[in-house]
Amino acid sequence: MIVGLDVGGTHADVVLLGNAGVMNEVKVPTDPDDLFQTVLSALDQITADIDPHRIERMVMSTTLTTNAIIQRKLPAVGMIVAGGPGINPELYRTNEHYACIGGSIDHRGREVKPIEAAEVAAVREKFKAAGIRNVGVVTKFSTRNPAQELAIARHLEGAFDKIFLGHRISGNLSFPRRIVTTHLNAAVYPIHRQFFKAVQKTLLQKGWEVPIRILKADGGNTSFEASIDYPAQTIFSGPAASVMGSIAFGPENGEALVMDIGGTTTDMAVLINQVPLLDPLGVELGGHKTLIRALKTHSIGIGGDSAVRFEDGRLQVGPHRDGPALAHGGPTPTPTDALVIMGKTHRGDRDRAVQGFGTLAAAMGVSVESAAAEVFEHTCRLILAEADDMIARINRQPVYTVHEMQAGDKVAPTTILVLGGPAPLFAEKLESLSSCKVGVVPRWAVANAIGAALARTTCEVVLYADTEQQVAFAPEEDFQQTVERSFERQDARRMALDLLEGKAIERGANAEHLEMEITEDLEFNMVRGFATTGKNVRIRAQVKPGLIHDYDPVAGRLM
Amino acid sequence: MLKAKHKTGLVFFPAFDWAIDPTHPEREERLLYTQDQVVEEGLLDIEGLVEFKPELVTTADVERVHFCLPDPQAVMTESHFISAGGAATIGRAVMEGAVNKGFALVRPPGHHAMRVVHGARGFCNVNIEAIMIELLRQAYNVDRVAIVDTDCHHGDGTQDIYWHDPDTLFISIHQDGRTLYPGSGFPNELGGPNAIGTTLNIPLPPHTSEEGFLYAIEHAVLPILEDFKPQLIINSAGQDNHFSDPITNMNFTAHGYAELTRMLNADIAVLEGGYAIEGALPYVNLGIILAMAGMDYSHVQEPSYDPDRLRQSASVTTTIAKICQLVRAYWDQRGAIAREVRAKPGCHERSRQIFYDTDGIHETQDETLALCEDCGGALRIDSRSDRGRRLLAVHIPRKACPRCESKAREWFEQADTKQFNLVALQDRTTDTYTVRSG
Repeated sequence: MIVGLDVGGTHADVVLLGNAGVMNEVKVPTDPDDLFQTVLSALDQITADIDPHRIERMVMSTTLTTNAIIQRKLPAVGMIVAGGPGINPELYRTNEHYACIGGSIDHRGREVKPIEAAEVAAVREKFKAAGIRNVGVVTKFSTRNPAQELAIARHLEGAFDKIFLGHRISGNLSFPRRIVTTHLNAAVYPIHRQFFKAVQKTLLQKGWEVPIRILKADGGNTSFEASIDYPAQTIFSGPAASVMGSIAFGPENGEALVMDIGGTTTDMAVLINQVPLLDPLGVELGGHKTLIRALKTHSIGIGGDSAVRFEDGRLQVGPHRDGPALAHGGPTPTPTDALVIMGKTHRGDRDRAVQGFGTLAAAMGVSVESAAAEVFEHTCRLILAEADDMIARINRQPVYTVHEMQAGDKVAPTTILVLGGPAPLFAEKLESLSSCKVGVVPRWAVANAIGAALARTTCEVVLYADTEQQVAFAPEEDFQQTVERSFERQDARRMALDLLEGKAIERGANAEHLEMEITEDLEFNMVRGFATTGKNVRIRAQVKPGLIHDYDPVAGRLM
Repeated sequence: MLKAKHKTGLVFFPAFDWAIDPTHPEREERLLYTQDQVVEEGLLDIEGLVEFKPELVTTADVERVHFCLPDPQAVMTESHFISAGGAATIGRAVMEGAVNKGFALVRPPGHHAMRVVHGARGFCNVNIEAIMIELLRQAYNVDRVAIVDTDCHHGDGTQDIYWHDPDTLFISIHQDGRTLYPGSGFPNELGGPNAIGTTLNIPLPPHTSEEGFLYAIEHAVLPILEDFKPQLIINSAGQDNHFSDPITNMNFTAHGYAELTRMLNADIAVLEGGYAIEGALPYVNLGIILAMAGMDYSHVQEPSYDPDRLRQSASVTTTIAKICQLVRAYWDQRGAIAREVRAKPGCHERSRQIFYDTDGIHETQDETLALCEDCGGALRIDSRSDRGRRLLAVHIPRKACPRCESKAREWFEQADTKQFNLVALQDRTTDTYTVRSG
């Protein structure tokens, strides 16, 4: 059996999956001030009558790290940054203890200016004096040559609890995003570690020796042990859980838009042939642009409980939520109230909703019933317009080769999958307003927890080879190897896939069923003068995000 | 968070799968390190820097500018349609106010492509700036345009296209033509008799450094631009004046390019040449983008920068001052020079040989212009190549007077199609391109 747990802003959804499918599902309210208690109470309820030894694993998605970042409740860390020529790295300051030092590496990984040991030592002493325990180190182009990050780390050895190095956190370029991501990892590390250690300890006390997996923003999971070194990967996993809970219901050959309609927001994502679309750069959270691999999602401030107003002759829905719907004791009219008034749902106090809609209807100059219908239709139209915008943005993404330009693949979803509390109430209206088929994801209210439970273990490897300098390396893997001048693209591909396989298994993947693919494959002849002096190869390989149901007996029965 | 002072659009199209041939300077690798630098600096995450996907230009867009033999498809690859399209995308974004300025970082380049195209010359097949400008004139009613070509090579293609257009000011700053391809671009090349002074050339001596370039901008280009009052300023932003460029002899720097960009304050920049792909382009492009966006570029410096080695000699400084003075004088006296030129018999005719170095084609042209006080003048070009192709090209300028318009139609209709592979009429008044074949 597998337990899937998704802690959201208002509810924690938890499911127990067994041979017969979903064996139990529970919703408990989230206590934002005590997520630990929320998790324990959800786990207690779902496993009330279960023999703990029958549980094979537990997959969790929580808002723990996300909340810490958004609420800016991050512990102090130290950041050491070396930029070299370009934009002044001081402009990328992430926190108070942020030191820019000398040293620089160019775009091919050649050292231009060395690190000065004395400068690092001075920063080290300052950080120590300030009581800093965790440090992030980032140099420009460290994904082309990590030597300077490693050199700085050597000078810090023994002085701090943990040191996070930029090149180990992502193999992608973008110095500012690397700074942000390294800082977030160092900052959420103690929070993440303490929380899951506590969960693990409590479960052990109950006699449960269950492996804990943690959902990441890319819709894959990772073992708790591996997450310790990259804790920021677990941010923003909530939207990923919902998408993973939907993918089995998307068209096998075609494109679908997933809409998770919640109380405050609607989160959207895209599936192509049942594979979720990834963000090419990395997740953006609370103004932080990161290199954290994530599904491409778009969140809008429109949900069932969005505040509805009529201003300057126009209806406004969201982006704020003032509280629950009127029908559930809230202060302002909401789309949920519109549904209650229209008789689409019988949950809640209709009289209260009607009463509260009075002023709105009067302002609109229509009856309460017409106002409700209009509010609901307007909400649906707003959601669809945002969906169109998201698709247009995806299709506007630049490409860099003639081939891709000619191929001109455009995303054009023909199906919309809705999930979340009010999903079935919205489906029909959405279908009537759009040209897509609209389907409701089965078990729509807990599909997110199911998604968490069934997600694969995913990871990525970026490999860079420069045969003129006779080096191949994968920055995140701490892998570097001397290569012959004859080394080429296909050797690099094989090398990347080998590294990926090892990494995936270490992080908890099933070795028998690894679905790996090459997602970037570039080779350039380097010509100096009129002779070819080497090859510059860039390979990216990933475990495709997806479900484990192809081979997992538990999951297989579910879908 | 970092924010651009001027909202700046970028089209980045490095054409990672296109080359003239594998070891040619114009090859796949050319913008690879520039892309690495742009991505590593996180430029596209800066608020107010917007990346656009390039559009493709159509053959109609190309035929608004060129006469291609036998047709545009034959002389262009897909990459040319995209690189011209990238310039067009930036142009539209600026005209529509989506951005204040824009930079098309595209390849292949275009400034050596002339009005008649038999093939590729100087790595260029079609003129991507001219295609963009004429498209903007058509779509947004732009009239007066200035092009400042800062590539190290004389922009002879752009000069040819706008030679007779009094509404397009073309200023080229480049390494002296006696020392570098294409061997033209001397101060006395001032435009055709109907447009004297709207072509200006500022040849700089080899080893000109930052000081000299910025002097020429300040003392020649900027005052002339102020007089001309263009609605749009285009910078043909070649990057081969860099001290490390392998095929030129100048001493310009990344910081200097950024400074030049700030001073020039062009609305649109379009990448031209530049072949120091590792030591210069990543830093020069970074500097140009930051300068266009109105951001701090003082930390942009190439690893091999050594100010002592790049200092300009006193004789170079004196030469540049003299040339700038001469060009200013030509500009100030352009009316008188025009009267003098037009008084010479035969001034409306010229014959020339054009060599397409990239494709190895020789072309001979006989050009006839209708002298006109009221418009750019009807233009007739009889062009033969050593590949045995002969073209009669007739051009009606955008603001043609009725007399020139009927003159051009007469040339077109009375041409003996048996003598030519192609007889074409490019009518900018109706935005049409009509062909009669033999």
